[in-house]
Amino acid sequence: MFIQLSKKWPAFSWLLSLLLFLPLLAIVWQSFGDDQDVFAQLWATVLPDYLVNTLLIVLGVALLSAVIGVPIAWLVAMCQFPARRFYVWGMLLPLAMPSYVVAFVYTDLLEYAGPIQTSLRSYFGWSNAQDYAFFDVRTLSGAAVMLALVLYPYVYLLARTAFLEQSQSLVQSARLLGCSPWRSFWRISLPLARPAIAISVALVAMESLADFAVVHYFAVPTLTTAVYDTWLGYGSLAAAARLSVVMLAVLFILISIERIGRNKQRHYQRGSGQEKVVRHQLTGIKGIAASVFCGVIFMAGFGVPFISLLDMAINYFDQSWNSQFLEYSFNSLLLASTVALICLIIAIVLGFFKRLSASKSSDLAPKLASTGYALPGTVLAIGVLIPLSLFDHGINHFFESFGIDGPGLLLSGTVFAIAAGYVVRFSAIAIGSVESSLNKVSPSIDMVTMTLGLSPLKMLFKVHLPLIKKGCFAGALLVFIESMKELPAALLLRPFDYETLATYVYQFVSDEQLEHGALAAIVIVIVGLIPLIFLNRSLEQQD
Amino acid sequence: MTQLAIHHLTSQYDGKSVIKDLSLTLERNEIVALLGPSGCGKTTLLRAIAGLQPITEGDITLGDQVISTPSKSVVSEKRNIGMIFQDYALFPHLSVKDNIAFGLHKMSATEQSAVVDDMLTLVKLQGYQSRFPHELSGGQQQRVAIARALAYRPQLMLLDEPFSNIDSQSRGEIMQEMRQILKKQQVPAVFVTHSKDEAFAFADKIAIFKDGKIEQIDKGNVLYTTPTSPYVANFMGKTNYIAIESITNDSIVTCFGSQQLQEQTIPVTDNVMMVRPEQIIVDEQSHYKFKVVGCIFAGSHWVYTVCAIDNKASDGKNITIELHSHLLLDVDQVVGLSLNIAHIVTFNFDK
Amino acid sequence: MKSMIAMAVGIATLASSFSVLSAPNSEKEVNIYSYRQAFLIDPVVAQFEKDTGINVNVVFAKKGLAERLKREGKYTKADLVLTTDISRLMELKDKKLVSPVESSIIENNVPSHLRDPQNQWFSLTKRVRNIYASKERVGNIAITYEDLATDKYKGKICTRSGKHPYTVALVSSMVAHHGEAETEVWLTKVKENLARKPQGNDRGQIKAIAAGQCDVSLGNSYYFGNMHTNPEQKPIVEKVNILFPNQQNRGSHINVSGMALTKYAPHKADAIKLMEYLTGDLAQSIYAKVNLEYPVKPSVEVSPLVASWGEFKEDELPMIEIAKHRKTALMLLDKVKFDL
Repeated sequence: MFIQLSKKWPAFSWLLSLLLFLPLLAIVWQSFGDDQDVFAQLWATVLPDYLVNTLLIVLGVALLSAVIGVPIAWLVAMCQFPARRFYVWGMLLPLAMPSYVVAFVYTDLLEYAGPIQTSLRSYFGWSNAQDYAFFDVRTLSGAAVMLALVLYPYVYLLARTAFLEQSQSLVQSARLLGCSPWRSFWRISLPLARPAIAISVALVAMESLADFAVVHYFAVPTLTTAVYDTWLGYGSLAAAARLSVVMLAVLFILISIERIGRNKQRHYQRGSGQEKVVRHQLTGIKGIAASVFCGVIFMAGFGVPFISLLDMAINYFDQSWNSQFLEYSFNSLLLASTVALICLIIAIVLGFFKRLSASKSSDLAPKLASTGYALPGTVLAIGVLIPLSLFDHGINHFFESFGIDGPGLLLSGTVFAIAAGYVVRFSAIAIGSVESSLNKVSPSIDMVTMTLGLSPLKMLFKVHLPLIKKGCFAGALLVFIESMKELPAALLLRPFDYETLATYVYQFVSDEQLEHGALAAIVIVIVGLIPLIFLNRSLEQQD
Repeated sequence: MTQLAIHHLTSQYDGKSVIKDLSLTLERNEIVALLGPSGCGKTTLLRAIAGLQPITEGDITLGDQVISTPSKSVVSEKRNIGMIFQDYALFPHLSVKDNIAFGLHKMSATEQSAVVDDMLTLVKLQGYQSRFPHELSGGQQQRVAIARALAYRPQLMLLDEPFSNIDSQSRGEIMQEMRQILKKQQVPAVFVTHSKDEAFAFADKIAIFKDGKIEQIDKGNVLYTTPTSPYVANFMGKTNYIAIESITNDSIVTCFGSQQLQEQTIPVTDNVMMVRPEQIIVDEQSHYKFKVVGCIFAGSHWVYTVCAIDNKASDGKNITIELHSHLLLDVDQVVGLSLNIAHIVTFNFDK
Repeated sequence: MKSMIAMAVGIATLASSFSVLSAPNSEKEVNIYSYRQAFLIDPVVAQFEKDTGINVNVVFAKKGLAERLKREGKYTKADLVLTTDISRLMELKDKKLVSPVESSIIENNVPSHLRDPQNQWFSLTKRVRNIYASKERVGNIAITYEDLATDKYKGKICTRSGKHPYTVALVSSMVAHHGEAETEVWLTKVKENLARKPQGNDRGQIKAIAAGQCDVSLGNSYYFGNMHTNPEQKPIVEKVNILFPNQQNRGSHINVSGMALTKYAPHKADAIKLMEYLTGDLAQSIYAKVNLEYPVKPSVEVSPLVASWGEFKEDELPMIEIAKHRKTALMLLDKVKFDL
């Protein structure tokens, strides 16, 4: 596609990408500092184990979320079974659950001293751990299961859309050629949805790579642990930055895989996706099995943690009711919606630039802008803080050179810092969503519009935006939900006297007293549920 | 022997009856075209036969097995019906060979490759087995689709507008090839199209669809010459409707004068006669003179628009005629015309 | 292009509206960076606000506050940093982020071994690194940290992560007393004696002992006290004794929570007022009663519950010594792969 864009658009796009890339650059720059041999020493002791743990966690979570998310997506999209309509959106709900809350609830429930093992012991008369075998929840596999339970909705979401968009005649052909529903899943739907699944699994892998809260709870040291150890323990930001760069390298590979997958997808795209889906009727035992499978995952990812939260909230209502809830909720809402909007605008600008630009190098812009997703929250926060405070210092010096008092910490000391941190972290989600929607718009649409004499900007507003509305909406909602839950960046970057629901809840979680923050956690979940329902609505219209 | 029998079938789509009380039978080795405008229920009928669309009344029998009733339905994968989709529905991730062998998973590998080879020979695609669908032309893709469906040894083949994505130059050739293959394999077929030319070329019988019902079913030439309704008449080709001035027991009078009726009675209430453009000939002896008002060159023939000099005679309406001769008529030229009709078709337009 | 400019303007207005939102709205204020959860210091802070009319704002984070302070440099709004252990206080001093405070009030309130020789930081409360033990299976015995490495406790010890500051501080003190080599042997043996991989917090260790998963654990005094105040957790904690180790020799290891004045504190005078207040009788007794910690001011009484655990001898190793061996301790923990 070659359409002459005015020079301002590419310039603006590159500027945006570079701004979003700055935090990472700051971290890379830090990594060249003197690390006092901490890195070498870690490498000689625990780092290999951490690395193995990290790989196992990332692979485990990726595999598990695929194993959970893909079959559910296919069942819901392609089959008719009892309670399907509920599961269509029910299976999305775990997205609204902050992972640190789920981790807390499950370790609490399942550990040796927890209610489940305790009641088992008293029921069977066992007296100690040697009397019976119960899986140890605080293990690598426990953490992987937990992360998969909250992250599988990404796979579900993308795979479901992929299944629905597959040309119906393919599946029908397979059926007429004697393929059972199950076989048609393996031989047709799954291989065709592979690019979408690969993208979603890469997202999940990134999330689990950056996770700290869950692995910390499950006492599984990973690279993220090492980053914090080196930085906070050994006091070496350089070594921590160096580790982050290693993680980023891993992530870069993941992102590349994702991009390759997406390129292939274009090639495979056929079918208008407008045909009415004829679902396989799962009757009798098969239908019940499908329903139970979805039900178990729903309960595990959402039901159990939510009920536990409710239980805590009711028991500790008096201690946990706080008149400032409204203010925290307002802060969270305003922040999350602003961030979602900014991420969306960035995604549209970059996506449109990539689409219309003649040069190959334009592919790089959205990639640069997406790197923030990879960094663990606190490292990202430092990465954001470095350029922001440099800017603030510059401004103040400027004012002082005229003998006037500077404005103080204009960016790093205000909510701007949090918003910037979130935008850097989550714009990748919006960029991915907008980009894949744009890819579905035929390039001939652009040509036609240009020949009708519309400027690129008019074309964007009159043609592309209406066409990719759904993708934009979905991307913005996902950013919103993630921003509601996001924690580490908020903790470190927030100004004085500014509390979001997440930071409020985290005080209690960090002291293992979630019961006092349960009420606020419920608010986070419920506020997250509302956009999820909209998100599902917008996807359902493809049904 | 009847291969497919559909009795009083009704099927609903989004709460609306798309097929209403439809009956159709198909003999062994017979190809029937379902012809009609889009949205008239043709494709829905096809999907109902394939088991991809539930039915609300009636039943469908294939061979000696009832495959669909409102309460019980054999699932698609157990019907042994082949279907060619408009987009061919080739599996993009499988090679030509794997596409063709797709339905043969119960066979051993050697049996499979034997069948695949046979099929490739049949559709003249030897040497293409390791290509992928996107590396083939439209016509080649379609031949793979038919090979895939035939490899499965279907009792019946369903074709949903299979030629609409093929350019008009090669369409005729491909249709003939496909028809021969189906005949050779002795597979009966139901074929959906909205083009009468495709229906003429491909089918033994044509069912004209109107609003979820079959308006008339017969051989193409019969439908053309003796349609039972103006709807069918129009669908089959360009028609002039000439006002009937009077009807007697053995003749009928129009602006072309009196026509003798041969072993044919016409309801006295009918008031128009169907005249195909090629049924009108230039006849200098004719008393009935017409003036040429327009002419179009159409390749093998000329299409002229004429109107009667005596306006009253033809209601002032223009009449279309087609002439295959070298004789060129000029606009405003006055010619004598007469009719050359073996079987007279009339309708009542007041109803 | 126009709308792009509009967008840029929009973002800019948004940014400035944020800064307006968070602009200081009261002249009299003190801003705190706190490594302690806000709800733990709320009671003291609320009392201070009431008594003085000075508004106190808090940002709580467990990680990175020092880095933020460093980046903000002289434009920081933070006046005071509150920490939960000695190593953070030393880090602030080492990075030259704090300034000395000369206040006779604080000097009178905080004994000299609990504050920086240059007065760059001050302790606020003390917490003991106790050993929790099952009432039923261990009883009220005399115990030492060194005992944990003996075969007697094979498969009977629980503990939280070795990387937790409290554990690191204990290991540092072991290094100070026994040297690096001996401490490594001790750590290896303790690790071999663990009933389960290090996990959970101190409260979790008490639950594990009560449930019978292990018999002894390292743990802080105030978590033990805290569980007594929670009706659901009280029956659990009552199955467990709190023991004060090494009473026969050097005494139990203690750690401190503390405070420091930032180098560029914009509200220095008020911040020092708050610091003095925090070491005073009222604040110290709130710390003692509400958080069940040991006040640093000798004249302030501990809470009755804490008093019921009895008098004990504390290890008088200077705090600076503990901070000095921190890096060695961390290296040893990594070397023996304590958490893995």
